[in-house]
Amino acid sequence: MSENKTMHAKDLQKVSSHQTVAKFFAKFWVYLFLIVMALIVLFPFYWMLISSVKSIDEYRLSVPTLFPKEILWSNYVDAFNQANLGRLFMNTLYVGLVSTLLSLVITVLSAFAFARLEFRGKNALFAALLATMMIPGELFTITNYSTVNSFGWMDSYTVLIVPFLVSVFYIYLLRQNFLQIPNELYLAAKVDGTGDLKYLWKVMIPLALPTLISITILKMMGAWNSYVWPRLVANDEKYQLITNGLRNAFTDSTGDVNIPVQMAAVAIVSLPLFLVFIFLRKYIMKGVSRSGIKG
Amino acid sequence: MVESKHKWKAWLYLSPAIILLLIFTVWPIINTVRMAFLENYNSMAVVGGKVYNFGIGNFKQVLEYNAFLDCLGNTMLLTVLTVPLSTFLALLIAVCLNAIKPLQRFLQTVFFLPYVTNSIAIGMVFAAMFNMVGSAFGGENEIVVTAGIINNVIEFFGGSAVNWINAGSTYAANITVMVVYIVWNALPFKILILLGGLQSINKQYYDAARVDGTSRRRVFTKITVPLLSPMLAYVVITGFIGGFKEYSSIVGIFGEHMGPAGDAGRLNTMVGFIYDSLSTQQGRASAAALILFGIIFVVTMINLYVSKKKTHY
Repeated sequence: MSENKTMHAKDLQKVSSHQTVAKFFAKFWVYLFLIVMALIVLFPFYWMLISSVKSIDEYRLSVPTLFPKEILWSNYVDAFNQANLGRLFMNTLYVGLVSTLLSLVITVLSAFAFARLEFRGKNALFAALLATMMIPGELFTITNYSTVNSFGWMDSYTVLIVPFLVSVFYIYLLRQNFLQIPNELYLAAKVDGTGDLKYLWKVMIPLALPTLISITILKMMGAWNSYVWPRLVANDEKYQLITNGLRNAFTDSTGDVNIPVQMAAVAIVSLPLFLVFIFLRKYIMKGVSRSGIKG
Repeated sequence: MVESKHKWKAWLYLSPAIILLLIFTVWPIINTVRMAFLENYNSMAVVGGKVYNFGIGNFKQVLEYNAFLDCLGNTMLLTVLTVPLSTFLALLIAVCLNAIKPLQRFLQTVFFLPYVTNSIAIGMVFAAMFNMVGSAFGGENEIVVTAGIINNVIEFFGGSAVNWINAGSTYAANITVMVVYIVWNALPFKILILLGGLQSINKQYYDAARVDGTSRRRVFTKITVPLLSPMLAYVVITGFIGGFKEYSSIVGIFGEHMGPAGDAGRLNTMVGFIYDSLSTQQGRASAAALILFGIIFVVTMINLYVSKKKTHY
């Protein structure tokens, strides 16, 4: 009996050791695949960084160097001056900050009205707003172009800020968040004679802070990455945003672009995005995956 | 709670949003439809008192216009190639990420990184990677100074260099570069959504399968994919919508000429077509925008219909 028992245990051990070996190999392939894919995903960033500090002669070697022989920081200075990045930075920052601030005020007020107040046609209005999210933005652009033209807004900060202040998606996101806050709090505040705005400021906004931070980040990133609209309505260098300036600074030459300097400019433009990502990853990923409800 | 006081207050709070939406969202919808049906409409000439006929001339013109058909073809081709490829790769990566413990968070962050980049800026990096430096490509006096890192890699593995994006490059080479870049760009969002879906699948299903001794493949096709199908459907639908609106990734690689040197507009897309005719030919642009909306709407409906049949909740 006891022998039988040990046999059994041995068998079990054998089977499990087989399984561990198989498991180990499966894990090995999984890791190999993931690491190779990760390297492919990261390679453009690596190439951007090492190219940005190469001399033009080294960049043009027929056999490329995977690590620069000498590091030429002066490319960054050249890039900053050639693409006029200082001015573009300030423009983009200004447009981003003002539009985020105004957009937050509008979004909070609208979300509050939809989440807490009762008025006739509320649900119909909200459904109509959501329906506009289905329409591709290009359809609005045609008319908006004529509209801002007739307003005399061409080449100004206003034209870059005002048309995009309202985002139905952000109103929707914040309304959902506000709805999670118990209504009793609002009623209690009413009984105490607290005004709507004070209640919003003291209770709702602190509780919905993570959503507001997500909106802020996405909005700022939007200003940083916007390209099409600024190209249409703000060709004056005084009001150009960073992406347009970057693209233009390196296309009007005769095709023989100094690629290391160009890569340095791209790295400068990408750096703030990476910093934001590293420090605020949680909010970005949450904001993006929440947009999963959007469809 | 329903006090009369609240009613005007609600409208007060909503007023900034409603005023802006009326000007920049509602009016454009009405106006686009109006302009699309006014033949050869041009808003600049309206000021001069020109009157336009009502009709479907714009749609006819657009659909008979070769430049538009090329744009439509490019858009369709890129969408059909990139959506299945990026979805499949993202699913594979997400499943693998879900299967590991150490390094999971780190790799997840790495795979999300392309999302927070500027598509024009990184497009310029891809262009540099595929770019040949030299002159007279394909001709007798061809001089290649640097073939570009991608060609160097191809040559390292024994292949021969390809002219990807420079003057004289083939359409197939151009499309390949765009597919690589668009898939690279599309992966992070898809991985994020699919991994989120995988992590929310109840572990009990897998435990039950293990007790029954179900094979890995069966577990994948009978448990993972069906339970992930809402996320897959979502990723495919947004992928199609994004694909039909492809524009800035092409500007990133080829510049505003939307094509290699000497063949401007070769890779132009539907959105590019709309932007090109936006300031002078609003009638034509509106008709094209409505056609784009129609295509997106129909494709989304088909997707929803198919996924409703195949999706398990």
